[in-house]
Amino acid sequence: MMLVRLHKNKNAQIILGLLFGIVFGFLLQKGGVTDYNVITGQLLLTDFTVLKLMLSAVIVGMIGFHLLKHLGYVQSHAAEGSFGSNVIGGLIFGVGFALLGYCPGTVAGAVGTGALDALIGGMVGLVIGAGFFAELYPTLRTRILTWGPFPAVTVPEFLNLNQWIVIILMEIFMIGALVLLGYLGL
Amino acid sequence: MFEYFTQAIWSPYVAGAGIGVLSCLAFLLSDRPIGCSTAFVKARGLIGKAINPERIAKKEYYREIIPQIDWAFMIIPGIIIGAFISAFTSGQFHVFWVPRLWGEAFGYNPIVRIIAALAGGILLGIGARWAGGCTSGHGINGSIQLSLASIITACCFFIGGIATALLIFRVIAA
Repeated sequence: MMLVRLHKNKNAQIILGLLFGIVFGFLLQKGGVTDYNVITGQLLLTDFTVLKLMLSAVIVGMIGFHLLKHLGYVQSHAAEGSFGSNVIGGLIFGVGFALLGYCPGTVAGAVGTGALDALIGGMVGLVIGAGFFAELYPTLRTRILTWGPFPAVTVPEFLNLNQWIVIILMEIFMIGALVLLGYLGL
Repeated sequence: MFEYFTQAIWSPYVAGAGIGVLSCLAFLLSDRPIGCSTAFVKARGLIGKAINPERIAKKEYYREIIPQIDWAFMIIPGIIIGAFISAFTSGQFHVFWVPRLWGEAFGYNPIVRIIAALAGGILLGIGARWAGGCTSGHGINGSIQLSLASIITACCFFIGGIATALLIFRVIAA
């Protein structure tokens, strides 16, 4: 049922990567999140556009993905995580996120809107940072990245609940969060 | 209808829902999550290959994330083009060095801003690869798949980001 021939067609995937990028960049800009002030406002808890956009994406995507998975059209890519990789890496990311005021996708979007700090600072920094990580990788891989593995791959496995129950509960929680943000006027 | 596409801004709910649909299409057509940080590893590897191919070939990380032009690389030029089309057609495109909130707190000297952005970019690059993904790869696409690691990672992005932003703008700048 999966579109395996398309997945294996390297040239088609190069074109698709570009097309997905174009639509993604268009939507990021239209959503307002390629703007430094909007992202920094979110981290200062004065502007909740980033959270609204991300929750809306997850609300729609979670239902869509699991329906497609149920029908056999897509497969899960969820991987095992660990404290050493996800928590430590996530916190380092957070520090960089606040200093730069963009994340790896929105930095590219900001470049498209004319932000030179995103181009000369952000994108160059990301390439350098990725290179540093490649240097550190052999040491980190055996010592830190596998440290403190999480007990499960997915939330339903972790809670030992049927995945559709978890999806319904998470959808209610996320929609509730959006309603609350609106109610509070944020 | 066409006017809608040249509006300066959409509701974040509409843009977000669109990204949710796009993420499902990426799983369907490309069998992968929309992630952005891998592209920077590939770019670094491609630059390294042009200078010293043997050195890059020996690095373990570039054997796992192969420096080549593929889907994961093309997403970044795509985002630049897409955001440019959106900004340009809605009259929002303008070239600048220092964004407003930064300028108000630390002044409009481009050199100061670029140094901070460069430092931030380096940490972002290290952190994204350390955690195995970014705000999109983990935050949106991992959460969509109910990945426990992705949801924890996304929380850490914002815990680290909020703490640092408050420190920078509410303590240092004040």
